[in-house]
Amino acid sequence: MAIKDSAPAEAVADRPEGRTRRPSGTTRRRYPRRLTPYLFIAAAVSLLLLFTYWPAANLFYYSVTDWDGLDQTKHFVGADNYVRVFTDPRIFEVFFVSLYYFGASFVQIAIALYFATILSQSTRFRNFFRGVLFFPYLINGVAIGFVFLYLFQPGGTIDTVLSWAGVGDPPQWLGDPEVANWSLAGTSVWRYMGMNFVLFLGAIQSIPSELYEAAELDGANKWQQFRAIILPGIRRIIGLMFILSIAGSLSVFEIPFIMTGGANGTSTFVIQTIQTAFTHRQVGTASAMAVVLLAIVLLVTWAQRKLFPDEKVDLT
Amino acid sequence: MTTAHHAPESGLLRARRITAGGAKYLSLVIAAAVTLVPLVTVVFASFKTPAEYGSTGPMTPPANWFNFANFATAFDSGGMLEGFLNTGIVLAVSLAGTVFIGTMAAYGLDRFEFRGKRLVFGLFLVATLVPGVTSQVATFQLINGMGLYDTRTALILLFMGTDIIAIYLFIQFMQSIPASLDEAAMLDGANRWTIYWMIVLPLLRPAIATVVIIKGIAIYNEFYAPFLYLPSEGLISTSLFRFKGPFGAQWEVISAGTLIVIIPTLVAFLFLQRWIYKGLTTGAVK
Repeated sequence: MAIKDSAPAEAVADRPEGRTRRPSGTTRRRYPRRLTPYLFIAAAVSLLLLFTYWPAANLFYYSVTDWDGLDQTKHFVGADNYVRVFTDPRIFEVFFVSLYYFGASFVQIAIALYFATILSQSTRFRNFFRGVLFFPYLINGVAIGFVFLYLFQPGGTIDTVLSWAGVGDPPQWLGDPEVANWSLAGTSVWRYMGMNFVLFLGAIQSIPSELYEAAELDGANKWQQFRAIILPGIRRIIGLMFILSIAGSLSVFEIPFIMTGGANGTSTFVIQTIQTAFTHRQVGTASAMAVVLLAIVLLVTWAQRKLFPDEKVDLT
Repeated sequence: MTTAHHAPESGLLRARRITAGGAKYLSLVIAAAVTLVPLVTVVFASFKTPAEYGSTGPMTPPANWFNFANFATAFDSGGMLEGFLNTGIVLAVSLAGTVFIGTMAAYGLDRFEFRGKRLVFGLFLVATLVPGVTSQVATFQLINGMGLYDTRTALILLFMGTDIIAIYLFIQFMQSIPASLDEAAMLDGANRWTIYWMIVLPLLRPAIATVVIIKGIAIYNEFYAPFLYLPSEGLISTSLFRFKGPFGAQWEVISAGTLIVIIPTLVAFLFLQRWIYKGLTTGAVK
């Protein structure tokens, strides 16, 4: 048995030249051996170039033209579209909408961190609570949109619950521009919190339990344990999530698009881009908007790599 | 002395622990309620008759829990059968494509040294940063130019463009398959394709299962691509989205349709929890 197991390894060890000789290759086959790896990656790389890099390159091209998406000819307009992105209030004002979602992401991370901490300890029905808190992340975005449209409608669930608490005159949750973005950001927290939570939970559970035991022997209470053990242990992933939430809050799309269509001052940068391209047929301007978003995301990622150079989180 | 000194302290500690425990469970119950109440009210609404819906509040349970009329209406008039069929076709073909293309790419990237390997890795990594929805401005022109607008093929191709997360999962798993297996097979005269097909692919089954589950859920939930590229037919997301028009304020029907979309996800989650947690946490941070 033992001999059988080790046989292949020995055979390889015996003939190390067997492997090095192969790639340099003989040409008795139809194609040279060194082409083999390229054939394996060919399909994936072609799809990647065709459906990611080719459109991305075209975005740059369209962004300096006045193309409407139909015309045969595209006129070069220089930086006009970019100037428009930063001077047309209808376009740059939507940047401020992402601040609601950015603010909400702090709440989201705090809630996720709290529940990850308490569920990392022994808790009754732990798997049930973990499942309940995480499940919204898996639900179809359109379904979530409808669930919350129903919740927020006048006389709906929220208003009913508030009337039990004695609040008789609730706001128009989605109809009032002052409130609508808060409602949508809240929906976004409901939807995405579970993912942060599960990531935190994995990170906390990878901290060796001896550390808590030692701390407990030294008389540290739970809050001290959290400050001294958990927080330093997951500091990096918390930082990573804050940075990701910058890009995330700029890319908000599904929830406002499905629920309000961008009405009542809830339009986001992505909704605006899409409408500029497909409703107003200003592909040039929309491309410039997409390029601006891409530039911001790349900048944020570059900052992330600078701040957390060797991010290695193995959470499984 | 020591016991006398000890007793009140431990009593105090225990009291504190109980209140702390109480606060912990209270917060968990509140969070569970906040998560579940929006869904439960939709369940309530979906079983109500139109008259009942009009006369009762959202927190009132339905009178008849076996009133499936709204589900039938949603399924028939809402075109949900078409949505499920189309989603099923797109899902099956793009998942099969993702698995073959992704495992082949992972095999090429993990088991070979070749010129341009770092570049290819870089290309896949940077691609994850390109914001999905906004780049559709240009992707749409490409799909249109290829004559694929309003076809399922467009969606399949777009979903098949394997992401780095799938490839990363495959590579990570492949590293745990000893390279000596490949080499032994090579000594027996197998070529690289035979090794990929006969040895690597079967051993990658757990990673394939993870990718199929994670990517399957992502495709099932995808909204904008079908909305943009397949306007004349529905995938499940877009079928549901179209409820907004014809069913206007018929919330009992919309609720039923919403639940019809959520239930498959719930079933998948209940059965595949372990895989889902593992797959998402592996893929998310990279």
